[in-house]
Amino acid sequence: MPTPRSDLVLTTTPDVAEATASDASLRRFLHGLPGVDRVGADARAAALGTRSIKAGAKAHALDLAIRMVDLTTLEGQDTPGKVRALAAKAQRPDPLDPTCPAVAAVCVYPDLVATAKQALGSSGVKVASVATAFPSGRASREVRLLDTRDAVAAGADEIDMVIDRGAFLAGRYLQVFDDVVATKQACGAAHLKVILETGELQTYDNVRRASWLAMLAGADVIKTSTGKVQPAATLPVTLIMLEAVRDWREATGRTVGVKPAGGIRTAKDALKYLVTVQEVAGPDWLDPDLFRFGASTLLNDLLRQRQKLTTGRYAGADDVTLD
Amino acid sequence: MPGSPFEYAPAPESTGIVSLQEEYGLFVDGAFGPGGGEAFATINPATEEVLAHVAAASAADVDRAVAAARRAQEQVWGPMPGRERAKYLFRIARLLQERAREFAVLETLDNGKPIKESRDVDVPTVAAHFFYYAGWADKLEHAGYGTTPLGVAGQVIPWNFPLLMLAWKVAPALACGNTVVLKPAETTPLTALLFAEVCQQAELPPGVVNILTGAGQVGAALVAHPGVDKVAFTGSTEVGRQIARAVAGTDKRVTLELGGKAANIVFDDAPIDQAVEGVVNGIFFNQGHVCCAGSRLLLQESFAEEFLHRLQRRMATLRVGDPLDKNTDVGAINSAAQLARITELAESGEAEGASRWSTPCELPERGFWFAPTLFTGVTASHRIAREEIFGPVLSVQTFRTPAEAVEKANNTRYGLSAGIWTEKGSRILDLAGKLRAGVVWANTFNQFDPTSPFGGYQESGYGREGGRHGLAAYLRGGA
Amino acid sequence: MRLDVRKTYKLYVGGAFPRSESGHTYAVTDAEGTFVANAALASRKDARDAVTAARAAFGGWSTRTAYNRGQVVYRIAEVLEARRAQFVAAVVAAEGLDDAAAQAVVDASVDRLVWYAGWADKLAQVLGNANPVAGPFLNVSTPEPTGVVAVLAPQASSLLGLVSTLAPVIVSGNTAVVVSSYARPVPAVELAEVLATSDVPGGVVNILTGDTTTLGPWLAAHRDVDAVDLAGCAGLEGGADLARDLEAAAAENLARVRRAPAAEPDWTADPGLAAMTAFLETKTVWHPRGV
Repeated sequence: MPTPRSDLVLTTTPDVAEATASDASLRRFLHGLPGVDRVGADARAAALGTRSIKAGAKAHALDLAIRMVDLTTLEGQDTPGKVRALAAKAQRPDPLDPTCPAVAAVCVYPDLVATAKQALGSSGVKVASVATAFPSGRASREVRLLDTRDAVAAGADEIDMVIDRGAFLAGRYLQVFDDVVATKQACGAAHLKVILETGELQTYDNVRRASWLAMLAGADVIKTSTGKVQPAATLPVTLIMLEAVRDWREATGRTVGVKPAGGIRTAKDALKYLVTVQEVAGPDWLDPDLFRFGASTLLNDLLRQRQKLTTGRYAGADDVTLD
Repeated sequence: MPGSPFEYAPAPESTGIVSLQEEYGLFVDGAFGPGGGEAFATINPATEEVLAHVAAASAADVDRAVAAARRAQEQVWGPMPGRERAKYLFRIARLLQERAREFAVLETLDNGKPIKESRDVDVPTVAAHFFYYAGWADKLEHAGYGTTPLGVAGQVIPWNFPLLMLAWKVAPALACGNTVVLKPAETTPLTALLFAEVCQQAELPPGVVNILTGAGQVGAALVAHPGVDKVAFTGSTEVGRQIARAVAGTDKRVTLELGGKAANIVFDDAPIDQAVEGVVNGIFFNQGHVCCAGSRLLLQESFAEEFLHRLQRRMATLRVGDPLDKNTDVGAINSAAQLARITELAESGEAEGASRWSTPCELPERGFWFAPTLFTGVTASHRIAREEIFGPVLSVQTFRTPAEAVEKANNTRYGLSAGIWTEKGSRILDLAGKLRAGVVWANTFNQFDPTSPFGGYQESGYGREGGRHGLAAYLRGGA
Repeated sequence: MRLDVRKTYKLYVGGAFPRSESGHTYAVTDAEGTFVANAALASRKDARDAVTAARAAFGGWSTRTAYNRGQVVYRIAEVLEARRAQFVAAVVAAEGLDDAAAQAVVDASVDRLVWYAGWADKLAQVLGNANPVAGPFLNVSTPEPTGVVAVLAPQASSLLGLVSTLAPVIVSGNTAVVVSSYARPVPAVELAEVLATSDVPGGVVNILTGDTTTLGPWLAAHRDVDAVDLAGCAGLEGGADLARDLEAAAAENLARVRRAPAAEPDWTADPGLAAMTAFLETKTVWHPRGV
């Protein structure tokens, strides 16, 4: 890598106070970000997707990917029993192989945070909770903050909030900014992941702007999707968010994480994301603190591929647990 | 990435799919046979190992091939209904798809280009080219150039895209009812000879496609042969000039696709990450062995530093090395001679005062390699700003206004391609009109398609290949 | 009886009517051999100046709207028609035709200009394409003028041949340096006066009277000449050799060459598109489609 250029004045270096002084100034800042050409971004992501990951690199990547999983259940039918099963799986994904690492976190609705917390104990696996009237975010700010405080009080280590996409698309950027700032405050020591719901933002320009908006407001992680809207995470969208955190660090010195969520089901896909992390943001982001997969079925495919590498045989459907 | 725990392990494509012969003959009149010249070796530029020995054509072989092509044209291929010619070409396209991986591996072995390019770009585009022109064979009366073929086409192609350039030459010629005698480049003859095998599998009538291997004098003899009605050449401007002189005073029709020194113009409102990709793709695709390479980067001065910073960061992630490795981005330089030329020009850049930066990559010990290189502080008078380097070397200049960008971009004897990067639509259209180049890529670069005409202005040659326009070169009414 | 006032026949370069910088002239006779005038004998330096003028005019002319170029070429036809009698007399003198035949030549020349004028805003439609590439791109090919074209005008057909080689060059946006018929230069000089009064910008057409054999090599080899029409080689003594040499000289900068026919053709025949397409480039522009 070329030496970082401390003397460089980036066109995107933000003066947060100035940028967020008013809706108009925030709009000027966000619309002053470089545009994204969809076709070029898609082509770049597709090219990264052709990398061939073999042998030691694959073994390393599979374990890393497992360590990055936010094992998620966000269903109306969730019960304490389901969450406890998930927590067990999170701590020991492959019951037959003690060398298999634990996942990063278990992600649940706020009312099940306490159950998860209790089940995970001191395992080191974090509890993440969606909050802020997930998945639509359509509630008053007060209600959304209460939702957040509730989850934090129940022991959540991480809060996955949703932005108000309606406000964003209507150009009320300052409102979204204030929401994130307030939620961050409500989080206290908990880490804040800001869900952009990129499937509803539609354009890559919006993804870039929403990423910067979230980072300006203090997000610890920017996250693609709730998993409730199609398309959820895609490689190009994640690529654009990785560019955003890379540029943000260069501009401010602060490091923000990225979490694609929803739709990543195979180990092969996960490896493409890791390649993209490495080649776009850089190896620093190959760290469960800075990159996560929001997923449920992905973990089992990672485990099957891991077993194939270890045993040399293709794994069967019953070689992984269904929780 | 070196140092990363996630450094990719070697991922070599298997060469088992290719059965290399020790010796290859000429393909004349439907059969392989010995050549009258002295056989030569073709090597793998990534290892310098000899791949095979290849026959060289003599003057008598040229006579024989042209006579076979003439016979086939007059007796079989010319009189054949277009719909039948079409079916042969469709067959060839399908065979190329079926044997795509074999062609890709062989191309990479002989040329040195990364397998991901031969696999994902060259070979699929080759098959697509045959598909496209196959469909024209029975629709020529609608194309606007009449339906009368020229006769025998003598075609000479370069080493940078050996099979793709073959497709660009052979497909339209055959669709229009011509027969061909084609000479592949001396350093990359193997995929053309494998293509001859495909012609056999397709049961193409003997003499419709003839392949003569050898050095430059074979090409010169072919071009000068009185039995050739049409000359098609892709290669250097210098040889293009010689061909234009050689055909002076004859009735031969000529198309020439020659060198370039394309400007890639980036404005400060460009989609910056895609522009970086486009610049990288523009100059490092195929090791920069591309006539339309964006070898001159023109940056708006107001954000040149930021852009260069991003460009260097991206260049540092380019993986240089074993062309057969599926993760290689930049492969081997095609020959020792080409490496010497690139090295000499790069040295002139330093000697003339430009600053050089190369990516910190480890180059293999054997084979021909050149690290991706960037020159800043380049002025219009430097050789690296004027001469075609045909290698992975980018010369950077700055501009202040759109008018200055156009002036600098057009200040070249060439005129093959140009790139524009800006989010402002009206500026794109204005510049696209003013740039004197046959292909203008706006917010993209190095895109190719069988339906899209390709060819240059000025000393980049004349005639177009691809699309409906590409038929003009092979029909009487296309003059 | 009144003594007539004769006209000095000069060159037409950059919209002005200079004498040859060399100071040389040559005697022009009519078809019967009677002295008509002393025409300027253009030198290589005049040719050079004409190329400079043509290059300077190219930017403006090529970027005019096609509609406007069509109007200008049509205006040439109008002014030519208005001077019909003058041109009939010139063609009679130059080509030795009878009055009726000369009238037919002038009429055909006017009609030819009208025909070409109409092409200005149709070339892009007939020769251009939207190309359906297999990807998310808009891709369009359009014809563009080649640049500065040297036209060696036909030797025999001093007006219709001249118009038939000049009009297709300029209607698409090229600029021209014309070497007129050596033996029959008067219609060309008269045409220059028509051009000068027809809204044709100075430098778009430059007409040199003089020797094709002398001027041809300088123009063909000139690095700033983008294309050459060798029509005027046909019928010259040693014309085939000259044509070959000029084609070889043009190879120096890969100038486009429109070869000379073996003999001067029948200029009344349907010209087709070839005289225009020979001096056109195809430009293909790509742009991604995406939201």
